[in-house]
Amino acid sequence: MLHHLLDQYPYYLSTILLALGLWGMFAKHNLMKKLIGMNIFQVSIILLFISSAAKFGGTVPTFDPTIGAADPALYANPLPHVLMLTAIVVMVATTGVALAFLLIIYRRYHTLDEQEILRRMREP
Amino acid sequence: MMNHLPVIIPVALLFFAFITFLCGLWRRSLLFPLSLTGISVSLAAAVLGLVRVLQYGPLHYFLGGWAPPLGIEYVLDNLSAFMSVLVLLVAFLSMIYSRQSFLKEVPDKINALYPLLLLMLAGMAGIIVTGDLFNVYVFLEIASLTAYAVMGIGNDKAPVAVIRYIILGTVGACFYLLGVGFLYFVTGSLNMADVASLLPGLYGSRLVIAAAVFIVIGAGLKMALFPFHIWLPDVYTYAPSGVITFVAPLMTKVGAYILIRMVVTVFLPEYLNNTLPIMSIISWLAAAGIIVGSVMAIAQKDLRRMLAYSSVAQISYIALGIGLANPLGLIGALLHVLNHAFMKGCLFQVSGGIRYCTGLWQIPQFRGLGRRMPWTMAAFTVAAISMVGIPPAAGFFSKWYLVLGSVQADNWIFVAVIVLSSLLNAVYFFRVLEKVYLGEPGENPAVTAAVDPPGSMVMPMITLAAGIIILGVINAVIVTNILQPIASSLS
Repeated sequence: MLHHLLDQYPYYLSTILLALGLWGMFAKHNLMKKLIGMNIFQVSIILLFISSAAKFGGTVPTFDPTIGAADPALYANPLPHVLMLTAIVVMVATTGVALAFLLIIYRRYHTLDEQEILRRMREP
Repeated sequence: MMNHLPVIIPVALLFFAFITFLCGLWRRSLLFPLSLTGISVSLAAAVLGLVRVLQYGPLHYFLGGWAPPLGIEYVLDNLSAFMSVLVLLVAFLSMIYSRQSFLKEVPDKINALYPLLLLMLAGMAGIIVTGDLFNVYVFLEIASLTAYAVMGIGNDKAPVAVIRYIILGTVGACFYLLGVGFLYFVTGSLNMADVASLLPGLYGSRLVIAAAVFIVIGAGLKMALFPFHIWLPDVYTYAPSGVITFVAPLMTKVGAYILIRMVVTVFLPEYLNNTLPIMSIISWLAAAGIIVGSVMAIAQKDLRRMLAYSSVAQISYIALGIGLANPLGLIGALLHVLNHAFMKGCLFQVSGGIRYCTGLWQIPQFRGLGRRMPWTMAAFTVAAISMVGIPPAAGFFSKWYLVLGSVQADNWIFVAVIVLSSLLNAVYFFRVLEKVYLGEPGENPAVTAAVDPPGSMVMPMITLAAGIIILGVINAVIVTNILQPIASSLS
């Protein structure tokens, strides 16, 4: 049981983060908090990918003459890292766009509370 | 040269997005011609690709010369060639249309608008031509991020609508990424064809089930499948009317394309059908979406909001066809992707045209507009008839295939839903037509002074309206030559 947990704790951790992020996005009223929830949600997926790449006893995935290329289990898997570098760039851009919108909204409504903004939008 | 066609389609748009931005800084008058050139180059490549694919079979392009599964592959097969021609054709017409609309509504923002629109189209084209699962995610986010930006350039309410879209859209993209991650953990590959060949031995794995569920939910969020449609009406209502003629016909279709691609290429349909109830859940949600969208559309007074809810219903038709997972249903779905892109493009162009000339968007105020704006309203009438599903307009034929697919699946409830929704469509479109043609023009100066918008706005509308009739007449040609080979992979 304990061994199982030690083996797989990154997966449980990222699941908890995923749920936390989703809860933040849908339960919070403040738009900034929703955005923070979105970031937590994204980070949990990055963690999931990265932890899938780790190998016990594996090393940096550059060719090392003393280890050789015969046994791929001796190197960590580089592909998820590369994918996540791209995903991080995408997520930074998403956050940037969202922050820009929050700024516009705050300048117009002087609040970031979603209920309050929706109430004011309904006014003619 | 011919082998390069798959990559030219998105790259030409990316290249022109960059060029347009730089030249736009120097001369604003260059923005429109350069954007139109970019779309034309891509459209030419897509049309050439479609002709070539129909004659000689799929085209493959290996980025950097790395063969799949190690490298990234761009594929132009029947499905992607069909979709890329469709997306770029509608984008081409919308680009011509939106010039005047942008100059009137958001003249100080066009420096940013044109490059962003090209980037958005590049993202869509990329999703369509790529044969790599992770590449789809990257292009999906390129298309979505630029869509957020262009739709946020609206009135005071647009940013609030868009921020909700950002949150839901990001959840959708992340779910898709999660699903792709699970597929990668199981198969060790990201190439669609490679994953598809590896999966049959792995269908017992729970990770594959999770992957299928996450990918379907992600695509569902992006295509605004009921009940994930809540972001759509506000966004479509408050965005600039020129922008919405790009986003409304195309963005949700690209989400539908991802779903179709997964069903046709990656997962085996028997697996999605028998092992998991995903496909029947999609079709039941779609049936609910058709009814809810149509009923909500009847309740709207604002033309743009009415069209937005009608989009929810129409997208659900496409999802229903995919969910039926039989060849006839899929043909119906693909044909409806084509028809709806034309119909919604035309309807939103008309709504933008009315707003351009009169500043109105409340349906009760449209009394007597039919006599003042004959060409605009003629286009509206054709599109409305097609939405209701009266032959020979194209909308009838896609609904016909959907009904046939439902019958083949022995599901008479869906048949009833499709017929009922046609009646509901008739209610909300004929209500507008009645006001426009039979209503007496009142004292409203906006109506009495109204004239058709300038030629560059009327021509695309008329072209789309004529296209709807032509598509209806030649639908058999499209179905036999292009769609049947795609759908046969399901049987």
